[in-house]
Amino acid sequence: MDILNAIVLLFNFIIIPALSYGSQLALGALGVTLIYGVLRFSNFAHGETMAFGAMVTILVTWLFQSWGLHLGPLPTALIALPFGILAAVAVVLATDKMVYRYYRRKKSPGIIFLIASIGVMFIMNGMIRVIIGPDDQNFADGERFIFTAGQFREWSGLSEPLVLRSTQAITIILAIVICAALFWFLNRTRSGKAMRAYSDNEDLALLSGIDPDRVVMIAWILAGALATVAGVLYGLDKSFKPFVYMQLLLPIFASAILGGVGNPLGAIAGGYIIAFSEVAITFAYRKFFGYLLPDSMAPDGLVQLLSTDYKFAVSFIILVLVLLIKPTGIFAGKTL
Amino acid sequence: MTGTRAPILFAIIFGLLLLVGFAQSWSLALAIFNLCLISAVMALGLNIQWGYAGLFNVGVMGFAALGGMTAVLVSYPPVAEAWAAGGSGILVSLILSLLTVAALVFAYRKMPKGNLRRVVMAAILVVAYLVVRYVYDPAVNAIESTNPAATGFLGGMGLPIIFSWLLGGVVAAGVAWLIGKISLGLRSDYLAIATLGISEIIIAMLKNEDWLTRGVKNVVGLPRPVPYEVNLQQAAWFNEWANTLGVSVVEFSSVFVKLCYAGLFAAVLLIVLWLSETALRSPWGRMMRAIRDNEVAANAMGKNVTARHLQIFVLGSAVIGIAGAMLTTLDGQFTPGSYQPLRFTFLVWVMVIVGGSGNNWGAILGGFLIWFFWVEAEPIGVWFMQTVTAGLPDGNAFKDHMLDSASHLRHIVVGLILLLTLRFAPRGLIPEVKR
Repeated sequence: MDILNAIVLLFNFIIIPALSYGSQLALGALGVTLIYGVLRFSNFAHGETMAFGAMVTILVTWLFQSWGLHLGPLPTALIALPFGILAAVAVVLATDKMVYRYYRRKKSPGIIFLIASIGVMFIMNGMIRVIIGPDDQNFADGERFIFTAGQFREWSGLSEPLVLRSTQAITIILAIVICAALFWFLNRTRSGKAMRAYSDNEDLALLSGIDPDRVVMIAWILAGALATVAGVLYGLDKSFKPFVYMQLLLPIFASAILGGVGNPLGAIAGGYIIAFSEVAITFAYRKFFGYLLPDSMAPDGLVQLLSTDYKFAVSFIILVLVLLIKPTGIFAGKTL
Repeated sequence: MTGTRAPILFAIIFGLLLLVGFAQSWSLALAIFNLCLISAVMALGLNIQWGYAGLFNVGVMGFAALGGMTAVLVSYPPVAEAWAAGGSGILVSLILSLLTVAALVFAYRKMPKGNLRRVVMAAILVVAYLVVRYVYDPAVNAIESTNPAATGFLGGMGLPIIFSWLLGGVVAAGVAWLIGKISLGLRSDYLAIATLGISEIIIAMLKNEDWLTRGVKNVVGLPRPVPYEVNLQQAAWFNEWANTLGVSVVEFSSVFVKLCYAGLFAAVLLIVLWLSETALRSPWGRMMRAIRDNEVAANAMGKNVTARHLQIFVLGSAVIGIAGAMLTTLDGQFTPGSYQPLRFTFLVWVMVIVGGSGNNWGAILGGFLIWFFWVEAEPIGVWFMQTVTAGLPDGNAFKDHMLDSASHLRHIVVGLILLLTLRFAPRGLIPEVKR
C-alpha cells in the first residue's frame, strides 16, 4: 500500500506537472528551433510572441464569454485560440517584413538578427503592456478537474490523493496532436520537405529551386502558431502574466539547445527533460521517503535538493553541461 | 571623437535636459541627469565587453545587482544578534564549500582520467552537499528568525557607502571571473543565453538568501555619501545661501543634494572613461580589436584568445558592478525584486548599440539619450494619448485605459529607436573610430 501511495505521490507532484510543463516548453522550443533552423538566429522575441498570442486569445475569450458562448466542460479559450494564432502569425510576418527581411537580403551575421529581435521584443512588450496591462489575468473556465482528490481517494482507497486538472490533460493532449501534425507536415508535405532541405543546406536548396521567401514565411507561421499555443496553454495551466513569458525564454532556449538546435525532435525531448529535471530537483521528497522507509528512518528535513526559487538554476546547469560535453545537443543539431 | 558630430549630439542632450529643467523642474532634470550618468557608466562597462571584444553578455542585470548587494554589505551596520545566532555557522559552511572546491580540483588534477575519478568526484560532491546543508540550514534559520521584522539578516560592515563603489566592482569582477571560466568557451548565441541564465540565478539568490540581503523584504535607509535635505534645511549657512540666491530652501536643498550626487557620479564616469580610452588606444586595445575582428588570425599570431576574453569579461563586469553600487547608493535602498532584464540588461544593450559600439563616447551618449527617453517617454506618452483620444468624451473607458497605459509606451519608443538605429546607422550615432 505504501509503495502505491509513494507512486501516486510521484504522479501527483512530479510526473503530471512535469508532463504538462514539458509540453509547454516543447512547443515553445519547437518555435525557437524552427526559426533557428531556417533563419539562423536565436529569436529573443519568442517569449513576447507567446505572450502576444496568449493576450489576443484572452481578449477573444472574454468577448465570447460576454456573448455567453461556452464550450461546456472545456475552456472557452480553445475556440478563441485560432484567433490568437492568426494575430500572432500576422505580427511575426509583419516584423519579418519590416525588420528581418532587410538583414536577410544583406546577409547580415546572426548576431545582428539577435539584436534586432531585442528591438522587436521591446516593441511587442510595450504593445502587450498598453493593450492588456502588466497584471495577472485569469481566463480559465469550464470544468476545473477531470477527477478531484476526493474522487480519486474514493475510487482507489489510497490515502494519497491524485488530482488531474483539465488544463493539464488538455495541454498534454494538444501538445501530442500538434507535434504529430508538425512532423507530418515536415516529413510528408512538399513545403515541409523544402523547409528541411533549406535548413540542412541553404545553397543546395536554392539550387534545387526552393523559394527561400516561402520557406521563411512558413517558418514564421509555424513559429507564431506554436508560440501562441504554448503561451495559451501555459496561461491556462498557471496564469497569464506578461513578464513571466520572458522568464520562460531561458528554459525554452535550454530545451532547444539540449535537444540540438534546429532539430524539432530534439526540441521536444529537450522540453520534457528540462521540465522533469526542474520539477524533480526542486521537489521535497520528505513524504515520499516517509512512505517507503520504516518510521524510524523517516527523514526530518524536507529532503529537497534545491528550493523551488532556484528552478532557473536547473535549466542553466543542464544547459552548461550540455554545451561543455556535447555542444551539438543530444540529437545532433547545429552548433551556433 | 569624430569631427563635430559628437559635440553636437552631446549639446542636444544637454539642451533637452535644460528644457526639462525649465519646463518641468530642476529637481527632475537633475534626477534624470544623475541616472544618465549611472547609465553611462553601465554602458561603458558593456561597451568594453561588446564593443572592444565582441562578447555578447546578456547578464548585465546580474552584475548590476551584485554591485547593489555590495552597497548593502558595505554600508549597513552589522546586526550583532544575527551574527551571534548564526554567523559562525555561515562562516563554517563557507569554509567547507571552499574546501570542497579545493578537493574537487585536487581530485581532478591528481587522479588519472577514467571512471574512478568520476566516482570519487561525485562522492566528494554528495558528501560535501550533505555536510554543508547540515551546518548551513540551522544557521540560516537562526539568522532569519532574529528580529525578522526589522533585520533578519547579517547586516553589513557599517563602512561609508562610497567604498562600496570600488568593492562592488571587485565583487562583480570576482563573480565574472567564475562565470567566465565556465562559459567563455561558448560562442555568441550560447554565451548570450548562458549569461541570461546566470543573471536570473543571481537575482534569484538575492531574492531568496534572506540571511544575506533580506531578500524581497528589501533593505531600506542605506546611509548616504552626501548630506540629507532635512539637515541642510536646518543649517544656518544653507538658509543664508538660499536667501542670497532668492530660491525656496526646500527646493534648493533637493537640488543641492542631487548636485552633490552628480559631482560624485561624474567623477566616477570621467575616471572610467579616461581608463577605457587609454586602454583602447594602447597596444592592448589594438590586440582586443584584432581578436574581435578575426579570432583565428589573432590566435595564429600567438594571442591567447580565451585568456583575453576572460580578462575583458571581468573588466567590463567590474565597471557594471560599480554602476550597480552607485545606483543603489542613489536609491538609498536595495530591492532585489526591482531587477528586471528589460530595464537592466536589454536597455543597456540599446544604449550601447544606439550610441555606437566600440566607441566610449558613443556608449556615454547612448546612456544619456536612452535613459532620457526612457523617463521622458511617460509625459510624452501621456500627451500623445491625450491628443489621440482628444475626440472622445471624458470618462470613456477606452480613453481612460489608453491614458493609464501611457507610461508603457516607453518600451515601444526604445524598441523603435533600437530598430531604426540598427537599420539606418548600424554603427551607432558616434561610430567607432578606425585607427
